Amino acid sequence: MTPPLFEYLLRLGDDRLVLGHRLSEWCGHGPILEEDIATANLSLDLLGQATLFLRLAGQVEGSGRDEDALAYWRDENQFRNLQLVELPRGDFGFTTMRQFLFDAWSFHLLEALSRSTHAGLAAIAAKAHKENRYHLRHSSEWVLRLGDGTGESHARMQAALDELWPWTGELWYQDGVDATLRADGVVPDLDPLRALWDAMAKEVISRATLTLPRGPMRMTGGRAGRHTEHLGHMLAEMQIVARSHPGAKW
Amino acid sequence: MTAPSSDQWPLWEVFTQPPGGEPHQHAGSVHAPDAEMALQNARDTYARRGEAVSIWVVQSSAITASSPEDRGPFFDPGNDKPYRHPQFYKVPRGGGSE
Repeated sequence: MTPPLFEYLLRLGDDRLVLGHRLSEWCGHGPILEEDIATANLSLDLLGQATLFLRLAGQVEGSGRDEDALAYWRDENQFRNLQLVELPRGDFGFTTMRQFLFDAWSFHLLEALSRSTHAGLAAIAAKAHKENRYHLRHSSEWVLRLGDGTGESHARMQAALDELWPWTGELWYQDGVDATLRADGVVPDLDPLRALWDAMAKEVISRATLTLPRGPMRMTGGRAGRHTEHLGHMLAEMQIVARSHPGAKW
Repeated sequence: MTAPSSDQWPLWEVFTQPPGGEPHQHAGSVHAPDAEMALQNARDTYARRGEAVSIWVVQSSAITASSPEDRGPFFDPGNDKPYRHPQFYKVPRGGGSE
C-alpha cells in the first residue's frame, strides 16, 4: 500500500504533466503566432507545476525516485491522471474548451490546497494557483469569443463541450486516499467545490451562447490507473528519448 | 462580436512599464481580435519573465505618425536658429522668476 500523500501528489502531478504535454503538441501549429506562444507558455507552466508535485511525491515516497524517474519510467497503468486530460488535443476549439473546464476546476482545487496543513503542498499549490488564474482568464476569454463568434466557431465549441462533458464527472472522484488526507486537513473535500465549479462553468458557457449538455457522466478510472487507448500512445512519444538514453544529460 | 473584415486580426502596439517605475516604453506589436486578447497576447509575448508591471495596448491604426518625408521640415528648422531655443537668452541672475 503506497502512502496516501504519494498517491495524491501523483494525481496532481500527472494531471498537469499529461495536459501540459497535450498543449505542447500545439507548438508550431497554433492558429496564429501569438496564440502559439500563449499555448506554449501555458504548457510550460503546467510542466513546471508537474515537476514540483512529482518531486515532492518522490520525496514523500522515499525510494530515491525523482520527478524525472516518475515522469519517464512509469507505465500507463501507473499514471494517475484524469482521463479528461489525456484525450487527443482535437481542434483548437476542443483544446480551448478542455482547458477552460480544467482551469476552472484547478482554480478552486488549488485555492483550497494552498490552505493545506502540509506546508510543502500548500506552497506549491499557492504558486500554481497564481499561474492558474491567468490560465483561466485566457481560456475563458477564448470560450466567450469562439462560442459567441461565427457560426462555425460556435458549432465547433458546442461539439467540443458535448464531447468533453461526460469526462468531467471524474473531476469529482474521491476515494480512501482523499478521506485519509482530508482527516488531517491536508486536502479539501471536493464536494463543496463542485457547486463553485458548476456556477463558474455555467456562467461562462451561457455567456458564450453555448448549451450545457445534460448527458450522463462516463465511468471513471484514471485515478486507479485505468486509461483510454490514447494515453499509451502519448507516453510512448513523451518517454522515448529518456528511455532510449537513460541518464543522458544535455 | 463582429467578424473581422480580413483573415488577419488588427495590429496593436504594445507599451510596457519596467518594474523600476520608468515610463511605459514601446515593446513591439501583436495581432489580436480585440483589446482584452491584445493585452493577453502582449503579456505572453513581451512580459512573461517579469519585464513589466503594467501594459498598455493601442490599436496601431489609432496612432497618427509623422512620415519619413516630413523629417526635414518637421525636425530640422530649429537647429540653425539658436535664438529659437530658450537657452539662447542669458537671464540676469535673480531676475528669472518674478
